[in-house]
Amino acid sequence: MNPWDTIYLGIKEIWAHKFRSMLTMLGIILGVSSLVAMSALVKGMENGMKEALVAMGGLEKVRVEFQDDLPAYQKHLTDQAPGLLMKDVFALQAGAPLVENITPIVEQHGYRTRINVTYQNKRARPWRLYGTWPGILELEDHRVRHGRMFTELDNEMARSVCVIGVELRNDLFGDPEKTGEEIIPIGKTIRINGQPFTIIGMFEHYMTEKERKELELERLRALENPQPGGVVRDKGRKGSGPSGYVFRLKNNSIFIPLQTMMIQFRAAAGLDETADPRLSGIYMKVRDINVLETALQQIRNVLLVSHGGIEDWSFRTEEDLADGIQLTIKNFRMSGVIIAAIALVVGGIGIMNIMLASISERIREIGIRKAVGATNADVFVQIIIESLVIAVVGGLLGLAVSVMLVNSITAFTPTENDPVVTVEAMLFAFSCSAMVGIVAGMIPALKASKLHPIQALKYD
Amino acid sequence: MALVELRNIRKTYHLGGEVIHALDGVNLDVDQGDFTSIIGPSGSGKSTLMHILGCLDTPSSGSMKLDGMDIHTASTRQLAKIRGEKIGFVFQFFNLLPKLNVAQNVELPLIYQGTPGRERSKRAMLALDMVGLQDRAKHRPSQLSGGQQQRVAIARALVNDPRILFADEPTGNLDSHTGELILETFCKLHEEGRTIMLVTHDPEIAALTPKKIEIRDGKIAQDVDAKLSGKQTRFQFKRTTPSSS
Repeated sequence: MNPWDTIYLGIKEIWAHKFRSMLTMLGIILGVSSLVAMSALVKGMENGMKEALVAMGGLEKVRVEFQDDLPAYQKHLTDQAPGLLMKDVFALQAGAPLVENITPIVEQHGYRTRINVTYQNKRARPWRLYGTWPGILELEDHRVRHGRMFTELDNEMARSVCVIGVELRNDLFGDPEKTGEEIIPIGKTIRINGQPFTIIGMFEHYMTEKERKELELERLRALENPQPGGVVRDKGRKGSGPSGYVFRLKNNSIFIPLQTMMIQFRAAAGLDETADPRLSGIYMKVRDINVLETALQQIRNVLLVSHGGIEDWSFRTEEDLADGIQLTIKNFRMSGVIIAAIALVVGGIGIMNIMLASISERIREIGIRKAVGATNADVFVQIIIESLVIAVVGGLLGLAVSVMLVNSITAFTPTENDPVVTVEAMLFAFSCSAMVGIVAGMIPALKASKLHPIQALKYD
Repeated sequence: MALVELRNIRKTYHLGGEVIHALDGVNLDVDQGDFTSIIGPSGSGKSTLMHILGCLDTPSSGSMKLDGMDIHTASTRQLAKIRGEKIGFVFQFFNLLPKLNVAQNVELPLIYQGTPGRERSKRAMLALDMVGLQDRAKHRPSQLSGGQQQRVAIARALVNDPRILFADEPTGNLDSHTGELILETFCKLHEEGRTIMLVTHDPEIAALTPKKIEIRDGKIAQDVDAKLSGKQTRFQFKRTTPSSS
């Protein structure tokens, strides 16, 4: 039998019961559209998380950090641990060709070490105060919006200059959201723990895609119906989702040259009131992500030599974060797939049900078809095709519905990460629907093809 | 050689432990161009015989040849192919598909032989022409009278140019006048040289056919030429000897 005839026959049979077929398709439509919409949401979420990963400097970034908890077999050497020193930086520059942009960093927690930043009568507390080299700009994915980053010369001369994050400007000079004008405090002198520093640069305002959209939406609303006067008040910190921390941290940071840090804040900071030459960490970038393992081994070898075999450091890469993102995405995707699979199974049962009803009211027809020469296979294929046509048409409608669904989700929650409808998800969902059609048609088709022609003809 | 050869055909049904011999050793030859009626009371096995002859069913034992092919050993798939190519059926209840129009109903056997669409409709129109219903091709079966429906069924049986035509009580569901018209159609087909087997319980109809087989309790009780029986019937048709083609 010609396959086109079979398909034509199937479409005709379904067209003869439009309403019934439509109801049956509904299950498949829901299954397919929920599968596509779910994967679109997860994709949007994934994009948001990847954004945070990039903001942290990407996967290539490797941090070597001091760690006084030595491996068990070296515990007795704890008091001899040298810590990370500038000589390690130079050793790495000379001996680890797989990494580049090796940047030492001294980091002070604003809250733990009580760093006060003041300007005239205003006070702010930065989250972090970093003393480092200009190379940090690339490593931490920082972008200077106003002024300039300090240079190697500033570092060499240990100048009292700083580059600040936007939040500190907001605290010390005023928030453009409240004052209505953007203050650029370049050239102003602030005091960090009482010591004067000149602001030579300010970073851009880092925010997540979500925050950006919220801001835009607020502006639009303000344009549409301007609030007349009144006291502008802070409504507390806005929730910015799980990926927001990185951005807030970057907005609340102050950067000064490493030498300045060492001289002004570390010269007498050790426990025994002597200068503390130890670095908090050495940041660097692997030249190629594919040689990450080798590069780590190279760093280890260099540091083992310069530390006299004492392993008083640890590696921090963003692999953990990346793995975490992968895991979260996997979980979301899994739950989405399970929901959609349930919907598809229900849809498939609907199809099977309707096909069973359909063949039992067409037993006589099947008998006639067999009497005039239809083989069992012809009958089997005919029923399968009918079920397949229902599923495929349902699948196509489901794809259309899924696009509408995603659009309406975007319309209802404009600030969330945009769901991204992918072609792969659509293809996958569509092939799932086709598969459901075939599987659901199997039992009815088998039942129909096994009918004995005489019994079928006698059936009323 | 006979078109159909039955040798010692038996058909046994098992109904709740009880064994029923629907056919009990039937021997039968049907020649090309024969117009035979199978007659017998209900339950005599005449329908079973026709189902076996028509390859709708297989015998429990015995051998059967149709057009030189062994039927008793054929698979269900082969049987379906044989039904499609060599056999035409006309049923008591017409058995047309209500959702298809007349032409599509007639085309049905050709679909399963894989005949291309254009040739299908051409042959369907030819077959409808034979029964004089060409102008009803686009009608639904429900829009036709009983006699017209049965003629559509005959056209469907003829469309694949079968070697043998089976009719199971073709007039049973029609009034006597329409029944006559249908029988006339069969006689005409017989004159054109077709092989026809007609199952009936009505002796008057059976008397019309040149050959008559009487079945009783699953056995052939009488296999005689109707001419020899000399019975008069209410049907008055011109009768000619079948042309042997």
